[in-house]
Amino acid sequence: MSPLTAADAAARLREQLAVEPTVAGEVVTVTVPPERWQATAEFVRGTLGCMFFSFLTAVDWKEQGLEILCRVQNLDTPVTVALRTRLGAGNEHCPTLTGIWRGADWMERECWDMFGVRFDGHPDHRRILLDETWEGHPLRKDYAVDTPHAPYR
Amino acid sequence: MEVKPPVPQIPAPVWTEFKDLQEFEKYRQHRADDDKTSNALTSIADTIHHMPGGWIMTTGTDKIFNWARKSSIWPVTFGLACCAIEMMATFASRFDVERFGMVPWASPRHSDLMIVSGTVTIKMAPMLKRIYDQMPDPKWVVSMGSCANSGGPFRHGYHVVKGVDRVVPVDVYVPGCPPTPDSLMYGLLKLQEQVAHFQTTGERLPAAADTK
Repeated sequence: MSPLTAADAAARLREQLAVEPTVAGEVVTVTVPPERWQATAEFVRGTLGCMFFSFLTAVDWKEQGLEILCRVQNLDTPVTVALRTRLGAGNEHCPTLTGIWRGADWMERECWDMFGVRFDGHPDHRRILLDETWEGHPLRKDYAVDTPHAPYR
Repeated sequence: MEVKPPVPQIPAPVWTEFKDLQEFEKYRQHRADDDKTSNALTSIADTIHHMPGGWIMTTGTDKIFNWARKSSIWPVTFGLACCAIEMMATFASRFDVERFGMVPWASPRHSDLMIVSGTVTIKMAPMLKRIYDQMPDPKWVVSMGSCANSGGPFRHGYHVVKGVDRVVPVDVYVPGCPPTPDSLMYGLLKLQEQVAHFQTTGERLPAAADTK
């Protein structure tokens, strides 16, 4: 059996999940709505064998809302899958990936810390880097950088 | 050519504008003026100092005490970032500040000096303040590097205290990013000069402003 290539992975995603992946080098980018976030992730892990959870982060597109993206890798073959989802304007809830990859735990906590994304079903939904009493989420575009933090600023 | 917008200017701290001023007052920078024992000792020393001939006693003991203090400054190792590497180099055998009587000590309760070497984040500031409070008087603080002096390259970030002098009072500022061991040693020698002029009445020299 020949090793899985990015083109194969894209073809399987297209056939079985009816999504439109784009391939650039060894990176397969899949954009799905948030409702299919977990199903796509399960497919990517189970069928495409992307066991290694590289990272998860978010992009603040201002009035268009937040976008979550995560990148997972198949360490046996040069296949990397980048999952993207647009939450939509005003929506801060996203399904969690912690049931699929254990490594998503702290990444999602960081995403909550910095972007204020609520991951529904996360087992330990706390801030990870900033103080527990911190107000706001600093990597949002509308966060004022010079927000005073008494007593030290 | 793209013109970048100017970097937002951070206004000077106006503490009265803060909503939780009481919290600020609680952590307010203070020396011995909040310390009743130190106040009593200071008033006793003042009384002796102003008695006829009493100044001989106070200045004489000050000289002896200050000689002892400046010859055995034990810095508490408060390494926070990359400046700590330079601090370790200063403590190591090549530069060897132990010939000035400085032993890096891992306990604040035995230390006279805190070298704040690195970026002080807002999350770390209460711990820094607590360690400073655990040190016995008289105590000194050296702010090492741009981050501890003013926030440095992270001054416009969201999470960095814009200068450690907003948390604890600082005696010597060592510039640099990071300062070389030579710079830190120069700062420590400037601190020794300050310690030599420490008076029982609690007055200190202002922070060393030497740009050489």
